Amino acid sequence: MLDVKAGDDASFELLLHKYRTPLVNFLNRMVRNPAAAEDLAQEVFLRVYRARKQYAPNAKFTTWLFHIATNLALNALRDGRCRQMEVSLDQPGHPGAEEPAAMELPDRGPSVEQQMIARDRAAVIRAAIHALPEKQRAAVLLHKYHELDYDEIARILECSESALKSLLFRAYETLRVRLAPLVTPPMA
Amino acid sequence: MNCERMDTRLIAYLDGRVNDAERREVESHLAACRACRTRTEEFRLLWGVLEEVPMQEPSPGFDAGLRARIAAEPPRPSLWAWLAPSPRLAVAVSLLLLLSVYISSRPPARVQDPAAPPTDAEFRMIKDLPVLENYDVLANFEALSELPPQPAKDNKEM
Repeated sequence: MLDVKAGDDASFELLLHKYRTPLVNFLNRMVRNPAAAEDLAQEVFLRVYRARKQYAPNAKFTTWLFHIATNLALNALRDGRCRQMEVSLDQPGHPGAEEPAAMELPDRGPSVEQQMIARDRAAVIRAAIHALPEKQRAAVLLHKYHELDYDEIARILECSESALKSLLFRAYETLRVRLAPLVTPPMA
Repeated sequence: MNCERMDTRLIAYLDGRVNDAERREVESHLAACRACRTRTEEFRLLWGVLEEVPMQEPSPGFDAGLRARIAAEPPRPSLWAWLAPSPRLAVAVSLLLLLSVYISSRPPARVQDPAAPPTDAEFRMIKDLPVLENYDVLANFEALSELPPQPAKDNKEM
């Protein structure tokens, strides 16, 4: 990012290449609307580009990036810009409608039936994550899918580390109950 | 350790981010508490289940869309941009210059020469000055009240 600050456009391209997929996935899981997620991800990069001259390495770049992304996603959800794609937990059976198949990474190997089962399970999991309160959802996504440290997530969500651990515990506990049919311990 | 304290320790324990003392404390509780042991195992399984959601690639037009938005950004003002006059400022300065030229080109207003002889009105005022200065005394001087009222100036002139 310091190279980007110095005016190196190639470094901005590298940042874009490295972070666009995680960012689009994070935002899509937050707002559950692929088009809105891409629009928000572009907005995040645009803000990074605008602020490149003022960038001060006080925190990790990922913390800054996901802080912007989280705030944009929360604002978009509160403004109701992403409501059209929200799906009730009672109607989890439309994975194709939730996210275009063209955006899915192709699975090679499993049969069509296995792919359908996997797709249905993924839809149920996405719906369960999306049903979490916004802050818990962001915490789970940043912790589980982006593997950020506690201090980074706490800074992004503007809370203490102990509050974050409680938040994560409550979120995973809710998911454990909601996804109980998928979370079956092996028979002893 | 009780089950409530496990709530704040379990995530860090499963992440492997506890120190040795904390790990021993958690494991000691897990050995004694079946409910927490079951929950811990289910959390582990849950984390595995959550990984079933595949990552998605952005659409092919993502980068192009972003570049278009960056290109559409208004240019940032340079350090010296503030020196360039804005149209409004230029018009205001021009009007001010024109006004000052107009004012300076007008003939000077007639200034009274202090050495010039006084006019008739000035002379009368100077003549009545002692009376004006003693106005309070004259206003209360009873003898003056006996004087007949002075006819109006207009009538006199007629």
